[in-house]
Amino acid sequence: MSAISREEVSHLAMLARIDLTPDELDRMAGQLDVILDAVATVREVAGDDVPATSHPMPLTNVTRPDEVRPSLTPEQALSGAPESEQQRFRVPRILEED
Amino acid sequence: MATELTHHTAAQLAEGLRAQQFSAVEVTRAHLNRIAEVDGDVHAYLHIAGNTALATARSVDAALAAGEQLPALAGVPIAVKDVMATQGVPTTCGSAILKGWVPPYDASVIRRIKDARMPILGKTNMDEFAMGSSTEHSAYGPTRNPWDLTRIPGGSGGGSAATLASFTAPLATGTDTGGSIRQPAAVTGTVGVKPTYGAVSRYGLVALASSLDQAGPCARTVLDAALLHEVMAGHDPMDSTSLTGQYPDVVAAARRGALGDLGGVTVGVVRELGGDGYQAGVRQRFDEAVDLLTAAGAKVVEVSCPSFTAALGAYYLILPSEASSNLAKFDAMRYGIRVYPKGVDDPTAEQVMAATREVGFGAEVKRRIILGTYALSSGYYDAYYGSAQKVRTLIQRDFAAAFEVADVLISPTSPTTAFPLGDKLDDPLSMYLQDVATIPANLAGVPGMSLPAGLAEEDGLPVGLQILAPARCDDRLYLVGAAVEAALTSRWGGALLDRAPSLDREAV
Amino acid sequence: MGASGTGETVLAYDEAMAAYDPVMGLEVHVELNTATKMFCGCPTTFGAEPNSQVCPVCLGLPGALPVLNAKGLEGAVRIGLALNCTIASWCRFARKNYFYPDMPKNFQTSQYDEPIAFDGHLDVELDDGTTFRVEIERAHMEEDTGKSSHVGGATGRIHGAEYSLVDYNRAGIPLIEIVTKPLVGAGDRAPEVARAYVSALRDLLRALGVSDVKMEQGSLRCDANVSLRKRVSDDATSSEQKAVPFGIRSETKNVNSLRSIERAVRYEITRQAARLAAGRRVVQETRHWHEDTGVTTAGREKSDAEDYRYFPEPDLVPIAPEAAWVEQLRTTLPEPPAQRRRRLQTEWGFGDLEMRDVVNAGATEAIEATVVAGASPATARKWWMGELARQANTRGLELSALAITPAQVAELQALVDAGTLNDALARQVVEGVLAGEGGPAEVVAARGLELVSDDGPLIDAVEAAIAAHADVADKVRGGKVAAVGALVGAVMKQMRGKADAARVRELLMERLTP
Ligand SMILES: [Zn+2]
Repeated sequence: MSAISREEVSHLAMLARIDLTPDELDRMAGQLDVILDAVATVREVAGDDVPATSHPMPLTNVTRPDEVRPSLTPEQALSGAPESEQQRFRVPRILEED
Repeated sequence: MATELTHHTAAQLAEGLRAQQFSAVEVTRAHLNRIAEVDGDVHAYLHIAGNTALATARSVDAALAAGEQLPALAGVPIAVKDVMATQGVPTTCGSAILKGWVPPYDASVIRRIKDARMPILGKTNMDEFAMGSSTEHSAYGPTRNPWDLTRIPGGSGGGSAATLASFTAPLATGTDTGGSIRQPAAVTGTVGVKPTYGAVSRYGLVALASSLDQAGPCARTVLDAALLHEVMAGHDPMDSTSLTGQYPDVVAAARRGALGDLGGVTVGVVRELGGDGYQAGVRQRFDEAVDLLTAAGAKVVEVSCPSFTAALGAYYLILPSEASSNLAKFDAMRYGIRVYPKGVDDPTAEQVMAATREVGFGAEVKRRIILGTYALSSGYYDAYYGSAQKVRTLIQRDFAAAFEVADVLISPTSPTTAFPLGDKLDDPLSMYLQDVATIPANLAGVPGMSLPAGLAEEDGLPVGLQILAPARCDDRLYLVGAAVEAALTSRWGGALLDRAPSLDREAV
Repeated sequence: MGASGTGETVLAYDEAMAAYDPVMGLEVHVELNTATKMFCGCPTTFGAEPNSQVCPVCLGLPGALPVLNAKGLEGAVRIGLALNCTIASWCRFARKNYFYPDMPKNFQTSQYDEPIAFDGHLDVELDDGTTFRVEIERAHMEEDTGKSSHVGGATGRIHGAEYSLVDYNRAGIPLIEIVTKPLVGAGDRAPEVARAYVSALRDLLRALGVSDVKMEQGSLRCDANVSLRKRVSDDATSSEQKAVPFGIRSETKNVNSLRSIERAVRYEITRQAARLAAGRRVVQETRHWHEDTGVTTAGREKSDAEDYRYFPEPDLVPIAPEAAWVEQLRTTLPEPPAQRRRRLQTEWGFGDLEMRDVVNAGATEAIEATVVAGASPATARKWWMGELARQANTRGLELSALAITPAQVAELQALVDAGTLNDALARQVVEGVLAGEGGPAEVVAARGLELVSDDGPLIDAVEAAIAAHADVADKVRGGKVAAVGALVGAVMKQMRGKADAARVRELLMERLTP
């Protein structure tokens, strides 16, 4: 696969919500290239017939009963909030409805 | 008296407390004094919880005086890796983004430690969000290796390992995603165990890579590790991946192993985890350990795990992918620091998130988040993340085949001894190679232990021996580990750590 | 062509239909009515005080982990079965990664390429009695987000707000997302099909008992994807028409009433048609429906750059429903709504039109329960489709939200049948019940609304009326029987309504005719 460009890193930083500086973009593009090169072996090792493993232990069907457990108090919930108002988390304006 | 108490093993402390030879307050105070004395140099602790530790110790003393039956390690102090949410105590994961965060809840492991009535001395330093092998990626400055203060103590759990090696705690907790318990144990001459995935609850452990993370004990002896393992492990309904069913008695296995007889045990030497790329002194101590196992009656065979060569690559795709998602929650909205972008009037939530994450995360964290974001992107998913998950299957198959012929597998824990601080900071890839021998266990979910194998001849620094066992067979680590430890300490005429620098102010 | 509110230029519906064939995709999110959230033990009570139903898990605190609610899984499987879906023998959750302040972890725990249920259908009855089969693509499990309120700016809307306040009580409430395959062949009835589908789905979910399905509270929400393609045939179901490739679609979010769904789809058809007719392209974007002006406005543009980076959720283990369990759940399914409707219509003896009105008014359950409580089908229908529908309408409520139970309606009717109440008094009793004054019997007693059944006072009043209106009485005596109405009215007035008008008339006639 082709080398990772500075523009690509910039796009990834946008997706990951990190406001990287121009310097960081340059440096990271170079470092990611080296790392991706090193990890590229994974693409050669496993054939199409090999199933993927997402969970190390083969557990299934783990559920809990639909029973109420104590919640935090609103004070606890808001204790780490950078800002709060009216018992809600105050956040900067949101650009677009999702 | 104080020094003596800090140099006791946890088992000795537990015994002495029960016999009321000394009090829990004395034990805790001795460790707090030792911290005050040496941790300025070592910097193993990020936060010291002296008052609550002493309060716990006092309650243990009162209970002992009243003749109450207490858990085995009641009154034995412990240091806790800062990745574990601890109610009322700052929990930062070595990151600036969580500076000042005080969790409103306890991790299940912390709950268990509290139920075991163990005084928590404080929170230990770590690479930011457990990303690293040197503890240099902590936002709060590196921890130094007690064997040589100019060198790294390993990582990410360098803080926990260093508390043990500097005698500021008899026990500590760790988390191991690719070697973060075992590699620090190796380079500090201590014992560290990564249990089977799911043996210890992950609830309340700030996640790095969910499918790889596993918490475990850090100690100075195999028996101490087993005692703490027993406290930490057990089913937790709050963790969907927590194991249920029968779990082996690791303490009994450690006691049995200490008798030194490994007759009937087959030990497999993993061909791919050794040879070139491993420091000469590391190879030498490893070869000696192999001889020692043979002498103890074990049958030693060579096994091949060909897919292990792709383990590092798979690991550095799976880990960043999961981490990029796990760390998305640090966005300045609900907890942690909030940074407003410079020169922007009336910034949006989105801009505040990006500015906070830029300032709050260190270089290694940002690198891995970007890498993971890339590996999960729609055009690259199959090539990277998808392929890595397949490699994972192959590694599990290699382990299964190896465990057909061997009861445990062994290798050096780390290819090198502790390297100087700053040595690999600008070369992420060479830092990643530190974990080449420890990573396969995490990918497969199997348990692993590192214990001291001696000092490398060329630099006089500790070397670790890694033991790996099949999933749910953690007891085998303790059986074999205790046997090796017994043989080595009798050869050395004492524990390896006896040879570590004292760090005492007067002695410097 | 003409402008509509703050919306774009639209084409007349007939013109749009003459040129284009609409294709729809409907995504319905339904909140399950479990006691606790999907992945934690927090309660799901609607309207609790802000951030009082949150814990480390649903607040996305560092270290917290999800555990699946067994009841949530059961609800998902039952919905899948009721929609004639295949239930996955093995599936996983996936993380949908995107940043948004009301989403605590900045990923939504959802399902991606392995939904719990897939490939089903729901037969939907249209207004004219014909049936339209809606193919179901999938139904999957996920979690709801928190709720933001926007402060400052003009209207409390998101645009122009100074900042927002977030309440995470809703975060983590179990959601089932039900996605249709592209609905083709509806032709000019597309808006009606959309409405009828959501209505049928709502009835089904209500019958399953898995959700409150209150659109006004957001426990059932609908997103409508609409696109247009060229019309090449008069028959929307013809094979040549079906062969035409789909156009670019818009996605109208959160349309929160049945009526709005129909209107929103209709609006989008006319809006897109106008663009296409003018040679402009339709933009692939999210659009927001405005109930007040009846238009949609553009939201976020959906570009290819949007990348949710889905991957299997490592913190939840795979789900492998056992066949026996699934079959056992199948036995708990309610009768399919269409079949049930036909059965009830026969049992009740309603005409087709009557039954359709009942269904459209959402009164089936209420009438059924009222009949069970002892009323005749005809009287039950009269109440729910008459006075009670009027009361609901003036209050802006759904029938089911009225503060009167079917049992109370049956009790009321029993009082009428027993001659204790007449219709006018019964309506007053309804007012009393709705005002929270108690059950019908209590209201009758408290307000003193009982009919006077003793003839004594009635005869006094009748004779007084004949004396007071001698002229009218003479007319009646003279054979103008119709004039007796005025006398009846006078007696009723005298009795302040608490008399049986039929009995009054009888007493009058006894006295005025030989
Ligand atoms: Zn919760």
